[in-house]
Amino acid sequence: MSLDQEAVKRIATLARLKLNEDRIGPMQQDLNRILQFIDQLNEVDTSQVEALAGVNMSFMPFRKDVVNEGGDVEKILANAPEVACNMFVVPKVVE
Amino acid sequence: MNELIRLTLVKVKEGLRQKKFSSVELTKAYLASMERHKCMNTYILETPELALERAKESDQRLAKGEERPLEGLPLAIKDNFCTTGIQTTAGTHILKGFKPPYESTVTQKLKEGGAVFLGKANMDDAAMGSTTTTSYYGSTINPWKRADGKDLTPGGSSGGSAAAVAGGLAVAAIGSDTGGSIRQPAAFSGIVGVKPTYGRCSRWGIVAFASSLDQAGPLTRDLRDAALMLEVMAGHDPKDSTSALLEVPSFEKALIQGVKGLRVGIPKEYRIEGMDEETLKIWEKGAEWLKEAGAEIVEISLPHTKYSLATYYVLAPAEASSNLARYDGVRYGLRIPGKTLDELYENTRSEGFGAEVQRRILIGTYVLSAGYYDAYYLKAQKVRRLITQDFEVAFQKVDVILTPTTPTAAFALDEKPTDPVVMYLNDVLTVPANLAGLPGISIPAGLSKEGLPLGFQLIGPAFDENVLFRAGRVLEEAAAFKSFLER
Amino acid sequence: MTNRYFYEGATGPWELVIGLEVHAQIVSKSKLFSGAATSFGAEPNTQVSFVDAAMPGMLPVINEVCVEQAVKTGLALNAEINLVSIFDRKNYFYADLPAGYQISQFTRPIVGKGYLDIELEDGTVRRIGITRLHLEQDAGKSIHDQHPEKSYIDLNRAGVALMEIVSEPEIRSAEEAAAYVHKLRSIVKCLGTCDGNMDQGSMRVDVNVSVRKAGAAFGTRAEIKNVNSIKFLAQAVDYEAERQIAILEDGGEILQETRLFDSVRGTTRPMRSKEHAHDYRYFPDPDLPPLVIEAAWVEKIRQGLPELPDAKKARLIKDYELSPYDASVLVSEMEIATYFEEALKSLKPLTSKTAKLLANWLIGEVFGALNREGITIGASPVSPAHLAGLIIQIHEGIISGKIAKEVFVLMWESGEGAATLIEEHGLKQVSDDKEILTIIDKILSENAGMVNAYKAGKEKLFGFFVGQVMKAMAGKANPELVNQLLKERLNS
Repeated sequence: MSLDQEAVKRIATLARLKLNEDRIGPMQQDLNRILQFIDQLNEVDTSQVEALAGVNMSFMPFRKDVVNEGGDVEKILANAPEVACNMFVVPKVVE
Repeated sequence: MNELIRLTLVKVKEGLRQKKFSSVELTKAYLASMERHKCMNTYILETPELALERAKESDQRLAKGEERPLEGLPLAIKDNFCTTGIQTTAGTHILKGFKPPYESTVTQKLKEGGAVFLGKANMDDAAMGSTTTTSYYGSTINPWKRADGKDLTPGGSSGGSAAAVAGGLAVAAIGSDTGGSIRQPAAFSGIVGVKPTYGRCSRWGIVAFASSLDQAGPLTRDLRDAALMLEVMAGHDPKDSTSALLEVPSFEKALIQGVKGLRVGIPKEYRIEGMDEETLKIWEKGAEWLKEAGAEIVEISLPHTKYSLATYYVLAPAEASSNLARYDGVRYGLRIPGKTLDELYENTRSEGFGAEVQRRILIGTYVLSAGYYDAYYLKAQKVRRLITQDFEVAFQKVDVILTPTTPTAAFALDEKPTDPVVMYLNDVLTVPANLAGLPGISIPAGLSKEGLPLGFQLIGPAFDENVLFRAGRVLEEAAAFKSFLER
Repeated sequence: MTNRYFYEGATGPWELVIGLEVHAQIVSKSKLFSGAATSFGAEPNTQVSFVDAAMPGMLPVINEVCVEQAVKTGLALNAEINLVSIFDRKNYFYADLPAGYQISQFTRPIVGKGYLDIELEDGTVRRIGITRLHLEQDAGKSIHDQHPEKSYIDLNRAGVALMEIVSEPEIRSAEEAAAYVHKLRSIVKCLGTCDGNMDQGSMRVDVNVSVRKAGAAFGTRAEIKNVNSIKFLAQAVDYEAERQIAILEDGGEILQETRLFDSVRGTTRPMRSKEHAHDYRYFPDPDLPPLVIEAAWVEKIRQGLPELPDAKKARLIKDYELSPYDASVLVSEMEIATYFEEALKSLKPLTSKTAKLLANWLIGEVFGALNREGITIGASPVSPAHLAGLIIQIHEGIISGKIAKEVFVLMWESGEGAATLIEEHGLKQVSDDKEILTIIDKILSENAGMVNAYKAGKEKLFGFFVGQVMKAMAGKANPELVNQLLKERLNS
């Protein structure tokens, strides 16, 4: 499978990456090169194989329902580029 | 050069205990070395004041005979381990100025073990790369030189950690390994690097790349150092749901157990095209050494090996595309303003991530997107199972697997391939252990014809790091490799 | 509310198809994957852990109680409990979604198919299929009204556990949709798995609405968000049905889109932030192993389930011969059921007669007073024990029903018990023959003419004498006794 420029733009939008016009072509080329390499997976018969999401994971450990985190606004906001009224600030979002 | 910085971790530990020198003296020797080798660009951030403060505390403890396993030992910390109040960037512009209000579990354990942190070691941009050239903070230079005098890559992504240990800028270091990021730079720098079993070390507080593959591990001057470091770093962490609920064995004890009766597998599929002749020769030599020490050499087959890289380059970018979504310019790190929130996101992320990271985010986004999930992501997950099963079958016949760590020795920074796929081939021998979650180690094996280090890779069954230390020690003794600092 | 299955359009009737996605915030002290508190209304960002703020390297660890609450709710919805379920990441960028993904369950939810029986106003019962219930994280909150060009982000709610409960598209009218949500709410409140508080947003409803000609395939649906009361739900459904029919009859097409309900105008409009075609790129969260629970644990939870509204209703009908309507009303809200059962405990004798009397008083007088004052039963100044006390006074003939209403008003105002107030205000019913006869004799002698007329056959005047006696005794006379004694005197 290979990507056309529209597809590259669509994916970039999904990933919130801005690709200027001059970057789209080279990026398309790189991505297609990688996809072409990945396509060798099609040689493998996996019709009888179950997908494997992770390894060495047997069960989900549980946490007790206790409050032992939070309560420190300063630490949460300390690295924020813009803060007001103890909240993070972003350009206005219209719902 | 101060002789102190040539010593191994274990030797330094002895010296400290015997009061031959103090931790402050040792730390100062390293800080001086760091100052002298600034142009190697091994550290993104040096923390000399903090280091000396910690060293002083260590000296007090040593004086009282209250020393801990790593008391007063100066380490380099890869910059993707979050360290409280100390800038953590993971080599990426997007985390500019980020000072975590928390300490990663692994560095916390090292601190509690008495270690002194010299600073945050350079690494590839968000740990994506095998050269430490994609770092926003510039390339790290390998202390080793080729005859032509060109600057070489130390490998990556833990290149800063590897170069620091090899070049005498830290007695030992920690790194993380998603597809070979500890073992490959260890091999390129003539040191030991361990990628433990997935689940052995906590991932809590490590800037995530690909969560199902990432593991922390030590980079050290020899195996004993590695055993000591790993014993401190490993262990169950209730804050990481994928951390194994297992006791940490004594890796140091395994070092003297020998390989008598051990069955060592040589996977035929690892003899890949483009592998250097010396690499093949040294590999054969390694097998011979193990045989001489009483091991049985068995040819094995890991039939899906050739698909490992393709599998990896679907799964790792897929996870990364999601893991890196949090870097959006809202709560920490870089922000490039925009009129709308989406503009702010796009401006920040395009500016904050380097080209390689952006490529991988796009590939990862694509393989998860509607209509392509089954063909790419799910397919790769299935092949991942086949690769894992290959190892399960192999480990019914053998106890440990021996391969080279990399197909070639370190290359010059200006020889870095421009084709991303050719670049990825660097990871071809290391990626399978990550996919299968198995422990792997790289041990200096000898020199290439250009006089550069090559590494042996040993791969063991899950949670059997001990077998790596057993076989590794035999190889280490036989190879009698002279490190950069010993030359 | 009309139970309209069909909407009449210019081209004939259109059938309504509704599916509901209810997001119910789980009652737990801490969040689904972190140890931050969950209480409502805290100062901004004071209930946020590093995991909730998606700081680099932070990892989720699941809260045991949230899993238990989901299982409990699943069992109450007669649903299959999946012993193995998977957490997936739902990827999208949004201001109040710090990680850029929401941890949810996509392919393998913790709870599978189940059902809910809903009762309509005409007494018919319909069974609505439940497709699934899954666990997921709530998002934070964006505040838009504090700055003209900026939005502020508070992450207190980010990471709070939600159960998303998805119905089959089997709901056919606004009334059914409302009844479904009402029933679901009463169940989760009864279980204590969600507080059901729609105006605080702890229960939120997304409504999928489409229309079709009877028997035709499903039409394209619109998803309506921001419906935060049961009343608005019915309004939104009606508006949306009519909007879609108008478009279709005009030869237009329905867009599959997310719309926002505007409660002021009672209309829906497209949501601007959802204009981007969404592609959530779900994949299993590599930070979380499969959620494996034991059958024995599920069984233990099943054993510990409280009596659910349907079972309670059946029991009230069987044990106290309450009418199905009264029983429905009593179990419709957790607090009402609790109040009633609390009152039953103090009721002596506890017979179907006294229980029915209690039910009548609760549904009549108490509800009336609550409505007048706009308060909920939890805030009633008349306690369950006091209401039972009043019923006992009536049952024992100490006061009449009429006086009882007066006593009730006094109870409501003072918060005192019936017996005390009756004593204090001298409202005790007079059941003393002599006292009543004295008054009767006085009335009869003052109205000799009337007595003669009565005796001459004008029997209707009997009521007049009763009234006069009661009036003279300020209503406190035992009415049965007055009747009996009057008859004896007049017929002698």
